[in-house]
Amino acid sequence: MPSPTAPRPGRRAAILAGVRTPFARSGTVFADVPAVALARHAARELLYRSGVDPAEVEQVLFGQVVPSVLVPNVAREVSLLPQFPPGIPAHALNRACASSGQTIADAADQIALGHADTVLAGGAESLSDIPILHSKRFSRLLVEASKAKTLGQRLALFAQVRPRDLIPVSPAISEPSTGETMGQSAEKMAKENGIAREAQDELALRSHQRAAAATADGRLTSEIAPWFGGKGMDEVVATDNGIRADTSLEALGKLRPVFDRRHGTVTAGNASPLTDGAAAVLLMAEEKAKALGHAPLAYVRSHAVAAVDPSWQLLMGPALAVPRALARAGIGWDDLGLVEIHEAFAAQVLSNAQAWASRAWAERLGLPGPVGEVDWARTNVLGGSIAIGHPFGATGARLVTTLAHEMRRRDVQFGLLSICAQGGMGFAMVLERA
Amino acid sequence: MSAITLERAVTPEGTVVVLVLDVPGEPVNTLGRPVADELAAALELARADATVAGVVLISGKADNFIAGADIREFTQVRTAAEAEALSRFGQEMIAAVEAFPKPVVVAIHGACLGGGCELALGCHWRVASDHPKTQIGLPEVQLGLIPGAGGCNRLPRLVGVRAALDIILAGKGERAAKALKVGLVDELVPRPILRETAVRAALRLAREGLPKRGAAGAGLAGAVLDRTGPGRRLVYRQAAAQVRRKTGGHYPAPLAALETVRVSLEQGLEAGYALERRTFGELAVGEVSRRLVEIFFASTALKKDDGVADPPADVPPVRTLGVVGAGFMGAGIAGTAALQARIPVRLRDTELARVGRGLRAAQGLLDERLRRRRLGRPEHARLVQLLSGGADLAGLAGADLVIEAVFEDLAVKRAVLAEVQGAAPPRAVFASNTSTIPIGRIAEGAPRPGRVLGMHFFSPVEKMPLLEVIPHAGTEPDAIVQAVRFGRALGKTVIVVADAPGFWVNRILTPYLNEAGLLLEEGAPIDLLDQVMTRYGFPVGPVTLLDEVGLDVGLKGGAVMHQAIGARLEPSGVVAKMVADGRLGRKNGRGFFTYADGKKEGVDASVYALLGVQPKPGTNAAMAEERLVMAMLNEAAHALGEGVVRSARDGDLGAVFGIGFPPFRGGPLRALDAIGAARAVETLQRLQAEHGARFAPAPALVAAAHDGRPLRD
Repeated sequence: MPSPTAPRPGRRAAILAGVRTPFARSGTVFADVPAVALARHAARELLYRSGVDPAEVEQVLFGQVVPSVLVPNVAREVSLLPQFPPGIPAHALNRACASSGQTIADAADQIALGHADTVLAGGAESLSDIPILHSKRFSRLLVEASKAKTLGQRLALFAQVRPRDLIPVSPAISEPSTGETMGQSAEKMAKENGIAREAQDELALRSHQRAAAATADGRLTSEIAPWFGGKGMDEVVATDNGIRADTSLEALGKLRPVFDRRHGTVTAGNASPLTDGAAAVLLMAEEKAKALGHAPLAYVRSHAVAAVDPSWQLLMGPALAVPRALARAGIGWDDLGLVEIHEAFAAQVLSNAQAWASRAWAERLGLPGPVGEVDWARTNVLGGSIAIGHPFGATGARLVTTLAHEMRRRDVQFGLLSICAQGGMGFAMVLERA
Repeated sequence: MSAITLERAVTPEGTVVVLVLDVPGEPVNTLGRPVADELAAALELARADATVAGVVLISGKADNFIAGADIREFTQVRTAAEAEALSRFGQEMIAAVEAFPKPVVVAIHGACLGGGCELALGCHWRVASDHPKTQIGLPEVQLGLIPGAGGCNRLPRLVGVRAALDIILAGKGERAAKALKVGLVDELVPRPILRETAVRAALRLAREGLPKRGAAGAGLAGAVLDRTGPGRRLVYRQAAAQVRRKTGGHYPAPLAALETVRVSLEQGLEAGYALERRTFGELAVGEVSRRLVEIFFASTALKKDDGVADPPADVPPVRTLGVVGAGFMGAGIAGTAALQARIPVRLRDTELARVGRGLRAAQGLLDERLRRRRLGRPEHARLVQLLSGGADLAGLAGADLVIEAVFEDLAVKRAVLAEVQGAAPPRAVFASNTSTIPIGRIAEGAPRPGRVLGMHFFSPVEKMPLLEVIPHAGTEPDAIVQAVRFGRALGKTVIVVADAPGFWVNRILTPYLNEAGLLLEEGAPIDLLDQVMTRYGFPVGPVTLLDEVGLDVGLKGGAVMHQAIGARLEPSGVVAKMVADGRLGRKNGRGFFTYADGKKEGVDASVYALLGVQPKPGTNAAMAEERLVMAMLNEAAHALGEGVVRSARDGDLGAVFGIGFPPFRGGPLRALDAIGAARAVETLQRLQAEHGARFAPAPALVAAAHDGRPLRD
């Protein structure tokens, strides 16, 4: 681990603006919209709102966890928006649910290194539009049939097809290395860390209540590029559709556990829903932003990633990544005015919080004392992914956008965001006041 | 400098002479006598050289093969005999190419029109690039002419009578793929291998002779219609009927072309060529062709006219457009900009659902092109991405030009202007699409009045070819230039007009529509008024036009014009009565006519009772026509004299492209010249005595009559 006093290298990357689509539960308003369209919508709106000349943008980075087979590099399709000059290189990356956190971190690094002055970074996900595959055997037969020279050979191949070969295969949200689904992992963490059902439901309720309030007062909706849906394009969607202003502990308490029906505590109510959406952030080198007269929202101070053994507690990555990011920022937990923790599951958030507060965990990391105690008055103050939704690739950019805007509103010096990701990974980033 | 360069393509299979046509000092190649003489000389060299196996003809211009014959040569001939000689010269030149003893292959990229197309038809083999810029056709009828260099004879023999008539009578360029499909070209290749393919074709033809082409007319029906006498007679009859419907008998060229094709196919080439020459000669010196050629030259000149006397250098093009107001006009402007200028457009309205509907309508223009295969899928997808919108000022801040199409109210427009100029860069131009409010009034008190002007589009924006650009007294010249050039990028014919009531088009339309109202009040039948004006050559008559424009719009506009210009433009009571009865015209399905499912049906007879008149079947049509026409012509002379248009040329083009003034009459000012100023003054004085002071001849017309000079020179 680097020393906390190490000087931060390179140029500071300013966050000029962040914009996202509404986040919508999968199969609802974006049921027929591919991720690339969501990504372009967010990026184009970002350009207009930032007032940055599109010709300034030198790289476009986009994160996507379940890419379409037809559009494997969604970032290039974004950088081919006709608002841009056609020669902007772009790549997509996959760090699971931290993907667009990673694109922003990479953008900041490119700026720090002097490889770019202006980078558009974001992420997109459509869980309405996931690839559905053929069975292995049927795929092999199709490939062979395409190479067959005669009709006879082709018919002979198709004669081998059995009904069960035609059952489609869809990707499950499970760990390739353990076969455990996300929900099962969260369930396991709840049990191992003693996270009660009530505590999970309380966190979920707070997420909905705060998101509802921030929607009503416009803090959340100000990040959103309204979507023009429907045949006539006059069905305007300008808010996230998973937020339930009217939910209650009682209502949440009635939901049955999903992953362990008898002894479980993780329900559809205290987990983030499958969501479609996109988010994007525009970053620019500090000096350039000043020279062009753009007022930054915040600067990237530091970032870090970490990973744990997936067969242990899958979503515990942030417990490692956050102290690293704080160390690189040269600050402590108490310096943080705002914290955004991605809510994959309430059980995961509470497990991470428990670890940060724990002396034993600190000892395991070789830290002199616990990382810090989560103060809920300063954490997820606009709600979190449980209420707002979680389009995998877009969540990081959403958190950066939300955090940067709220830091400005509250005039906070430092803010932290933390994301857990598949593969036992964790991502953290520290922003500082502009 | 010569127009044709000889290059030798030496290959292991033989040598081909490549004639590269590049008329010096011109943006496009045209075929005139000097070029024809050079071509003949070059062919003679190729003929005499025994080492040369064949000839390729190709253009040296970037995106143009041959745009046509040199029309300036037509305008100089004075008699039909001279014009016929011109045609004979073209026929003989191309006949010489056809009779050339070695294969002549033409390689076509870019516009291959008129005489260029006829030359290609005379070559032995045609290779074209598959580029979108490649357009092949015979637009002569658009200029009131027929193809006069063998085109009427060769084309039907090559592609069959039906395809040939389609091409000749429509007078528009065919895309390369269509040209290949009908057999107008033999091979279609990507541009980089065009020349090489043509060279190889010449060598192949030299070796193997001309391959037998499939006979025109595919399928049984095709075979019957193209290749039997009775079949062709049916085709001629149907084509003639269609032409009569379309031209209303005003344009002789299409029927003459049809007759030439018929004689050529039924009586043989000799008769065909003779009739082609004679017909061409007669048409070329006829009034209709003279007017159409004049409009062609005037439009071409206008395309180079930036609308100010001394255009400043370095006026940047409009790279992004903002449109405020997402209604029918705003959406039309946005969609046309995406389609034609291909620049990002930001559409803004206060209500997001309106923005969405506006974007949908704008995108509809792109979808329409996709359906008609004028746009490919990837291009369509790209252009759709140009369109976006919102309820805030985001996106307007970076726009080079912002056009407002909001509610027609001075205070609303001023508020929008102040808001936009508060957000947009200082050099951005703000344009109002008003039709009734003076631009100077809108600009008063604006942060930067010098960046304000009017851009008056006509509805529907994507279809109407005219745009009026209206500077007010303080508009800066570079803003005018930017607006004019952007209008041209939208594919519009742009005239710069004064900030006077009604500008140009609505100014000359107002007394004409008023006169229609007055005639109705006197008991003239509705359909008669429309009939006399369509017979005069307008696409629709005045009563239909009122229904199309919207009677509420007409009422408001009429009142504004009356107030501004005075008693001469006092409206009849007709439109007010119609509006009071809830009749708004086509848009609410109730007007002078009845509508079913948006389609116009017959005259709504109940209108007469509403107006308190009995229709008089015996109304004198000639009298009605004279009053309607002279009301418009006299107002045009008034406005010209007041300097509303910069020239009589602009005024005439504005009337032709803005209201469909009959092109064969050249425009209202040209029409006055055709009558003669002195006679026009007499007519107006008689009308004044019979019908009132509104017909008092315009001072400019009286002056022209006095000086014995035309209004348009």
